[in-house]
Amino acid sequence: MSARRVAPVLAVDDLRVAIGPTPVVRGVSFAVEPGQTLGIVGESGSGKTMTVLAATGLLDLPGAVVHGSSVLGAPLVGEAGGASTGATAGAGSGGTAGAGAGDGTTQLVGASARTLRRVHGDRIGFVFQDPSTSLNPILTLGRQISESLEAHRGLSGRKARDRAFDLLEAVGIPEPASRLDAYPHQLSGGQRQRVMIAVALACDPALLVADEPTTALDVTTQAQIVELVRELQHRLGTAVVWISHDLGLIGQVADEVTVLRGGEQVERRPVLDLVDRPEHPYTRELLAARPLLGQHRPAPAPASAEPLLTVEGLDVRFAVASPAGRTHVHALDDVSFVLRRGHTLGVVGESGSGKSTIANVLTGLVRPQGGRADLAGVDVLQQRGKALKALRRRIAMVFQDPFSSLNTRSTVGTSVSEPLVVHGLAGGRGGARARVAELLRLVDLPAAWADRYPHELSGGQRQRVSIARALALEPELVILDESTASLDVSIQARVLELLARLQAELGLTYLFIAHDLAVVERVSHDVLVLQRGRVVEHRPAADLFADPREDYTRALLAAIPPVRPRAAADRPA
Amino acid sequence: MTLARVARFLGRRVLHSLVVLLGVLVVVFALVHLVPGDPVRIALGTRYTEEAYTALRAASGLDRPLAAQFFSYLGGAVTGDLGVSFRTGQPVAVTLLERLPATVSLAVVGLLVALLVALPAGIWSGLHEGRLSDAIVRVTSQAGVSVPDFWLGQLLILGVAVGLGLLPTSGYAALTEDPAHWARHVVLPGLTVGLVAAAIMTRYIRTAVLDVAHAGYVRTARSKGLPAAVVTRRHIVRNALIPILTITGIQLATILGGVVVVEVVFAWPGLGRLTYDAVASRDYALVQGAVLLVAALFLLVNLVVDVLYSLADPRIRLS
Repeated sequence: MSARRVAPVLAVDDLRVAIGPTPVVRGVSFAVEPGQTLGIVGESGSGKTMTVLAATGLLDLPGAVVHGSSVLGAPLVGEAGGASTGATAGAGSGGTAGAGAGDGTTQLVGASARTLRRVHGDRIGFVFQDPSTSLNPILTLGRQISESLEAHRGLSGRKARDRAFDLLEAVGIPEPASRLDAYPHQLSGGQRQRVMIAVALACDPALLVADEPTTALDVTTQAQIVELVRELQHRLGTAVVWISHDLGLIGQVADEVTVLRGGEQVERRPVLDLVDRPEHPYTRELLAARPLLGQHRPAPAPASAEPLLTVEGLDVRFAVASPAGRTHVHALDDVSFVLRRGHTLGVVGESGSGKSTIANVLTGLVRPQGGRADLAGVDVLQQRGKALKALRRRIAMVFQDPFSSLNTRSTVGTSVSEPLVVHGLAGGRGGARARVAELLRLVDLPAAWADRYPHELSGGQRQRVSIARALALEPELVILDESTASLDVSIQARVLELLARLQAELGLTYLFIAHDLAVVERVSHDVLVLQRGRVVEHRPAADLFADPREDYTRALLAAIPPVRPRAAADRPA
Repeated sequence: MTLARVARFLGRRVLHSLVVLLGVLVVVFALVHLVPGDPVRIALGTRYTEEAYTALRAASGLDRPLAAQFFSYLGGAVTGDLGVSFRTGQPVAVTLLERLPATVSLAVVGLLVALLVALPAGIWSGLHEGRLSDAIVRVTSQAGVSVPDFWLGQLLILGVAVGLGLLPTSGYAALTEDPAHWARHVVLPGLTVGLVAAAIMTRYIRTAVLDVAHAGYVRTARSKGLPAAVVTRRHIVRNALIPILTITGIQLATILGGVVVVEVVFAWPGLGRLTYDAVASRDYALVQGAVLLVAALFLLVNLVVDVLYSLADPRIRLS
């Protein structure tokens, strides 16, 4: 990082966005210089995406009004047009023309659709969160890259194809020549995001906007994408605005960080200052809530507990169509483990490793080709009829997405009492109400909330309701499948505390499936590492994290953003 | 490689269609034997005598075991022999083939009318969600869905044919024999069939475009700074074509399957009216044949839609 002030690529000053009368972004200012990365961090609803889309003129929301200034390519700090303009965002809004002051700068707030089209893809490239939806499924990769070259550089045919080839090669796509004619569905998630980066960089933009570009990816893939962007940025001198909810990740990519909360800018500092000397209480709260390796351990489990769940040689295969005809994917390959009463077994692995398949087998959604699962003397896989129903009472499940796992048309009370009704345990209206109240208190929600609907609750509150529902039948085993993965870190931390308390109070046994190793470390007594359906390592959590034996486990651990920002290593303390 | 895949895909679909057709054949065959009443007795009506009954029964093969009857019907159907109409004594296949051009030509005209109206209206409406023009399209198509086709047909006859005297009220001539005559007569029934279908299709097309317009890749396309027309054409409309193909196929199959009322209103000698008359007079051989033909047309349309799918969507073509 140079101490010399150079002209920022993008200078945003007092940016405000309102939807109708509701302000959603309340005065955000930042600047990013060539070759630098600005991290924008905040929890869901903090307005981080909205801020950047409004600043770059890509906001497409009916009724959204943008005020303030956002200048692209200003020659000197503080000199470029800071005139406050207002314009309605949205398709074909045709606001006032961009303030091309003749010095190469462009005012993006209120710029005309024509000005913005010239800027987008040419001087600003965008990478969005979900690579499975951000690429057009019916166009070849080559076409998706070449169309911005065509629009901005007038390149077509052979020349555009050559450039697309170079770009695919630059972002590390193997066999780029054949991939030019491939379609997005033929690539993995990580490769799609690489293509998306190639699309964004096609015209050598001065600014790259990356909105949660690694959130949908596995942790090892995330590490590769981070390295790729850093390397390209280093080579091309691109300025980057990187949006993320993950402070650990932001620490790895950003030189400067802006913290947003509820549309307000809480703090804006160089990354090391922010992490080492956070000024705002909210920043301190965020820093404290982030799951870090080696920081938390679960309460010790009961020492002499008998086995509750014994799984032996579980084998699941799925038939899939492939170019070579039908083949089988080994979703679970000879998986065995023992889970003791009152313990938590963490199951970790990347997407496609078979983590969720274990949950699906235990809950009867998937029938395995082989193997046994024994729940305190009862064969889980062989029960039918009444015995199966009785078994279902003993195993409960909490899903990942608290927004889709609750019926939007049922009250909280109805959802929580539904298992009681299904199993004929409601004990009349009064009995069910009393039990629901008790369950809600158990998960720290007011009993009166039984009459609320899911849309009145936040994500964390919904997940508490899901937990209360899971506990309704007093299960012995609770399967938590990525149950905290969709939650903001501060809420995740509280839900994890709740789970720990419930385990201590009720003697629950958890099968905790997650991709986040820091979270797994925090709750698990034992850890099972899965890779492509096979158990790679299965040991007590403390041993495994202290001394991973297998390369795959080590790779997973190494891919986690370290506690210290990368800047700490670059700059001696 | 890709060609072989497409061929394999096609082969599978054709095989699939044949299996379905066989199923339809079984059901159609069972129809005659499951409905109450003796078709021979009904066919003879007042001319019933013991000898005539036995003779016709033997002539129609109805005295043979059920399995034998089925296999001879199956054998006949495969070779294009669908039996003989009880009422007219004409081969069913001949009667159906006579009526087929009327139905197909009306269906094609109707579908063209529907597409000409619904494609621009639906796409425009979907791209301008919440605007006045969208509201107008939505209200109009809702009204169109609620209009019964016989009423619309009579309204057109009263207005255009009787009132203005521009076109004939009803009648038909084969396209191959007298194209001008056919054209004059097909306009009103074609409009009736087409406008009703257009109302339904507009709503589906609007939804399809709306879904795609909010997709992530459309935002990506905008972020590339592409001209608005390119975003609309290459990214929105091309992706929306896949669900649009579905609804177009369903509409075409529905029209082919019989627009009985419209055919009656315009005295159009199509399959719908034929089937209606055959049911009314319990001409079971003809009913069987007509149902089989309509099912075959339905499957053919679906097959074409499947092929178009695989052309439009690489995810289907390449997986």
